[in-house]
Amino acid sequence: MNARSPAVSVRGLERRYAGPPEVVALHPCAFDVDHGDFVAITGPSGSGKTTLLSLLGLLDTPSAGSYLLDGVDTASLTDRQRTALRAYRIGFVFQAFHLVSYRSVTDNVELGLTYQGVNRRHRRRAALEVIDQVGLTHRRDASCTTLSGGEKQRVAIARSLIRQPTLMLCDEPTGNLDTATSNQVLDLIEHVHLRGVTIVMITHDPDVAARATRRLTITDGVVAEPSPLIA
Amino acid sequence: MTKRTVPRSRLSWVDTISEAAAAMAQRPIRTLLTALGTILGVAAFVTTTGLADTARAQVSARFDALKATEVRIQDAAPDGTNPFPGDVDARLEALNGINYAGLTYPVDDTIALQPRNTATRPTGNYQPIPVAAATPGAISAALPELSAGRLYDQFHQQRAERVAVLGRVAADQLGITRVDNQPAVFIGDTAYTVIGIIDDVSRNPDLLLSITIPTSTEHRDIGTASPAYEVLIDTKPGAAPLAGHQAPLALRPQQPERLQALVPPDPQTLRNNVEGDVTGLYYALATLALLIGTIAIANATLLNTIERRPEIGLRRALGATRAHIVRQVTLEAAAIGTIAGIAGTAIAIYAIAAISHQRHWTATINPTLTLVAPLIGLVTGAIAGIAPALKAAQTPPAVTLRS
Repeated sequence: MNARSPAVSVRGLERRYAGPPEVVALHPCAFDVDHGDFVAITGPSGSGKTTLLSLLGLLDTPSAGSYLLDGVDTASLTDRQRTALRAYRIGFVFQAFHLVSYRSVTDNVELGLTYQGVNRRHRRRAALEVIDQVGLTHRRDASCTTLSGGEKQRVAIARSLIRQPTLMLCDEPTGNLDTATSNQVLDLIEHVHLRGVTIVMITHDPDVAARATRRLTITDGVVAEPSPLIA
Repeated sequence: MTKRTVPRSRLSWVDTISEAAAAMAQRPIRTLLTALGTILGVAAFVTTTGLADTARAQVSARFDALKATEVRIQDAAPDGTNPFPGDVDARLEALNGINYAGLTYPVDDTIALQPRNTATRPTGNYQPIPVAAATPGAISAALPELSAGRLYDQFHQQRAERVAVLGRVAADQLGITRVDNQPAVFIGDTAYTVIGIIDDVSRNPDLLLSITIPTSTEHRDIGTASPAYEVLIDTKPGAAPLAGHQAPLALRPQQPERLQALVPPDPQTLRNNVEGDVTGLYYALATLALLIGTIAIANATLLNTIERRPEIGLRRALGATRAHIVRQVTLEAAAIGTIAGIAGTAIAIYAIAAISHQRHWTATINPTLTLVAPLIGLVTGAIAGIAPALKAAQTPPAVTLRS
């Protein structure tokens, strides 16, 4: 990792969808996220939050602009290289959890290491450790279909943690949870942040965004950083 | 960090197989439904192919039974003399592909001989009974069934014993129904001991009408000059043309053209045509069934991958390359195809056995087919799975995750 480069550096990043009519989901934007930052990106539904997160997570390719992840210009990467970056550097937590429903908690957490070529024995040991960290040891053999929403999201966080990512992207991580469970999940994300992981979290909830150390807004595809007074 | 510091994402074959197995095992009903089309396709393929083999065996058996194993050697230029040597049986039965062979000819002047069951010649109405001379091999070549006694053999032939074998009709005329009391028939004024009664023959039905005696006995006692010397040969299936070619040389090497071989029309061409038609039809049906199975598994796999788009998107987000996705989805489809192939083969074997039993056929199943059929299922599954797999892999993960 190059310590002099920001974790995320975006310049003129833009995403258009071919029409007709052509839709500009994300207008050209520029911002940096330093290592160890906890950034919340807020905005109403349809404002382009998920589009931005998909670009930062290398799940989508921009129409224009540059995006440097840990100093690496992702525009010059092949699909295989982008995939490798996702495998080793980025963790994801989704609103819909995206667990493999027919597999157990441990299997789902292990999946975070499967594409790193880690052998099964080491995967299993690492999975049990992070399952313990998120407080789900008693549910480690349970099928994901039997978990509550909060438990599912903790499994998703564990699946992300096991990869030891440098950047964790959270897309409305509390969107499907009640207030009490949301707080538990946010506590867990804060704990991950305190371990030095850079976190970018998308939310439409100001209270959730308040947990972050920095905030960006996005409205109609335009990213802005509110002044500290407004924030 | 540079690009080089990030290792490639990797998925071992063990993990690929493990993931595919888990996906199939956790959703057995879906796996079964996906496999159903291929099970039916492979079952239909193996059944139709197996029935084609079985039917071909039946066709062969019937054609082989149609006197395809009979050869006759006749005198091409009859002049009243016997063109055949004295050891016809030995010469021909030494040739490959010949079961039995021997000389036979009718004995002329039966009115003068007046075959009968008493020493006294009849004075009233007399029903003439034909007399024939034959070597032991000639009688055996007619594939006789005895109702009593036995046939004479080379011992009787070499010693010119006065023995006779009666055909069923001749025995009725003579009033002889048993041989344990050593009945005799008279030909001319000479008595011949009846040692056997032939109930039926597969060829040369004249034997049923006649009194048949060894040729050596006939030569000594009667010495007829028959215009119809003939050698009858029973061959193994498929050997008739060769026997027809070799027999004249073996019997009369100094002048083989004197002898004329009558070989039945080779049924091979006709059989091949019939078999070709039958097999072609069966293979067409089998291929159609397999095609339907392939489409069924492709359709099921496509629906499966559409339903699993979020999971595929997740795997891509976690570092699965397009090749990993293609590999896993194709492997799942191939594994389902293999299982379906095994199940379909088992069903087909039962079906072939049941149909053959019901039609009184001998079930003929090529063992290679039972080994190849699961491979057909595997290939079918892989082919059916590859297109949905490619489609799933090509979709950007951002899109599949939103599904």
